[in-house]
Amino acid sequence: MINPREYIEPGSSWPLGHAVPDQPATHTVKLNINGQDVHLKIEPWVSLLDALREYIGLTGTKKGCDHGQCGACTVLVDGKRINSCLTLAVMKQGCEITTIEGLAKGDELHPMQEAFVEHDAYQCGYCTPGQICSAIGLINEGIANTRDEISELMSGNICRCGAYPHILDAIEQVKGVAGHE
Amino acid sequence: MNKFTYASVSTTDAAIAEMDEHDSPKFIAGGTNLLDLMKVNVENPDHLIDITQIAFNQIEATADGGLRLGALVTNADTAWNEEVEKRYPLLSKAILAGASPQLRNMATNGGNLMQRTRCYYFYDTATPCNKREPGSGCSAIGGYNRILAILGTSEHCIATHPSDMCVALVALGATINITGINGDRTIPITEFHRLPGDRPDLDNTLQAGDIVTSIDLPVQGFEKNYAYLKVRDRASYAFALVSVAAALTLEGNQIKEARLVLGGVAHKPWRSAEAEAALTHQEASVSTFEKAAAIALEGAKGYGDNTFKIELAKRAIVRALKQAAGLEEQA
Ligand SMILES: Cc1cc2nc3c(=O)[nH]c(=O)nc-3n(C[C@H](O)[C@H](O)[C@H](O)COP(=O)(O)OP(=O)(O)OC[C@H]3O[C@@H](n4cnc5c(N)ncnc54)[C@H](O)[C@@H]3O)c2cc1C
Ligand code: SF4
Ligand code: FES
Ligand code: FES
Repeated sequence: MINPREYIEPGSSWPLGHAVPDQPATHTVKLNINGQDVHLKIEPWVSLLDALREYIGLTGTKKGCDHGQCGACTVLVDGKRINSCLTLAVMKQGCEITTIEGLAKGDELHPMQEAFVEHDAYQCGYCTPGQICSAIGLINEGIANTRDEISELMSGNICRCGAYPHILDAIEQVKGVAGHE
Repeated sequence: MNKFTYASVSTTDAAIAEMDEHDSPKFIAGGTNLLDLMKVNVENPDHLIDITQIAFNQIEATADGGLRLGALVTNADTAWNEEVEKRYPLLSKAILAGASPQLRNMATNGGNLMQRTRCYYFYDTATPCNKREPGSGCSAIGGYNRILAILGTSEHCIATHPSDMCVALVALGATINITGINGDRTIPITEFHRLPGDRPDLDNTLQAGDIVTSIDLPVQGFEKNYAYLKVRDRASYAFALVSVAAALTLEGNQIKEARLVLGGVAHKPWRSAEAEAALTHQEASVSTFEKAAAIALEGAKGYGDNTFKIELAKRAIVRALKQAAGLEEQA
């Protein structure tokens, strides 16, 4: 999925066609993104979100607010959900990062993706990659069990279209919440 | 965001040495407050020192039977920690009332203590603000000040400290362990944050280069009778307009010991010793709670848009105390 930009060698061109400025401030960072090691030469002020979108070309993760206020940029780092907009890429050296692009196995969708499709859990779709990554993080945490608890622990993801009831339906289905049809 | 250099360190000595070598360096932990402020050019460090690899990442028992929370443990790992949930549920509840699950997975205990105000003018570099630019004036006094302080304000600043966690820590009587150029020291959390006075640029009493290493909780956890009530503009993922940490020990219907701390109303978590005294040795009843609420808000001053907070805080105190005493169910 990360081809043809999987290995970005120090000194080579930027994935999106810019030349790497040879600044003393740049760092070489290895990230494992969706199971693949990616080596980046990067300035310290690049957020993980910008590294994913602008440097690696994985544009599935969205930028909503860039200030931690919406959840559109949610990705999983070592299985935990975080806001990639308030994370510096240099600080995630060696970490395993899962984005929306890394969930499906070939043509087979992740169960959470399936459930979102089945329940029509979106309208414009802009918040959806963040919602899905956040929902998988929520399931990994294993704390939310009821619809109310899921709702509270999904509050870090704002949906401008207001698809919340269907998002909860989708997550309940994957969690196998009792009483869910 | 300005350009800066970056270094990751794994010891406090290395962190302190890095501090010495730059003009305006800053530590970075979860980054959720610092990067936010750097993106709007309110913070402009020339060098970031990543302290996340230092081993302040444990929650462990203290010699006297309390609990030590490492400064780099995340807010999420602290709130869901078994010992914290069991012995200090007030702290779990306060942390979980703040921010979002994603942010709590990133935010650290040390960073939470150090987070800066959410005053709109502090974030807006086009307006005067004594906290951001000493001497430039305060835009909130006489401006739009709905979310700002009603207690302990000064003519120079009416900002609030936005933390939920810290309100519970004050109620629990936590102490803060610090290391720095001048060695180690421990201070009560009530001496960590400060009132604005004529130096609103200083949020707390930490000296340049000091690192918070951990937070200690004493044995007494008030796990039976406690409440954290947060009133905000939406049900989740919003800062407090007013919050209340209430903790009691009861003997029958008599209050033996009381802690009452307000959030969202002052430049620091606002503990009212007078209100606590008015609760102690009294019957746990609504009339006792109403008296204490009136005492806690004595001297409160509204600035127009935020004047509603005075009445709101009184009602929130009564409700939180009812919940702590078991007279009303806690949400
Ligand atoms: C959208 C949003 C909503 C939020 N809502 C809430 C809320 O409702 N309630 C609430 O309480 N909080 C809320 N927060 C704030 C959040 O809790 C703080 O941003 C967080 O706790 C800061 O921790 P951090 O590790 O990310 O700090 P950083 O951003 O890494 O650092 C903050 C400051 O602390 C300093 N620092 C960090 N660690 C140490 C240390 N060990 N020693 C010395 N200095 C240190 C840094 O130099 C920096 O100046 C919210 C934040 C956002 C973005
Ligand atoms: S209240 Fe404080 S932080 Fe807000 S504008 Fe006034 S001086 Fe600045
Ligand atoms: S883009 Fe990161 S939270 Fe909005
Ligand atoms: S589907 Fe449009 S923002 Fe959520």
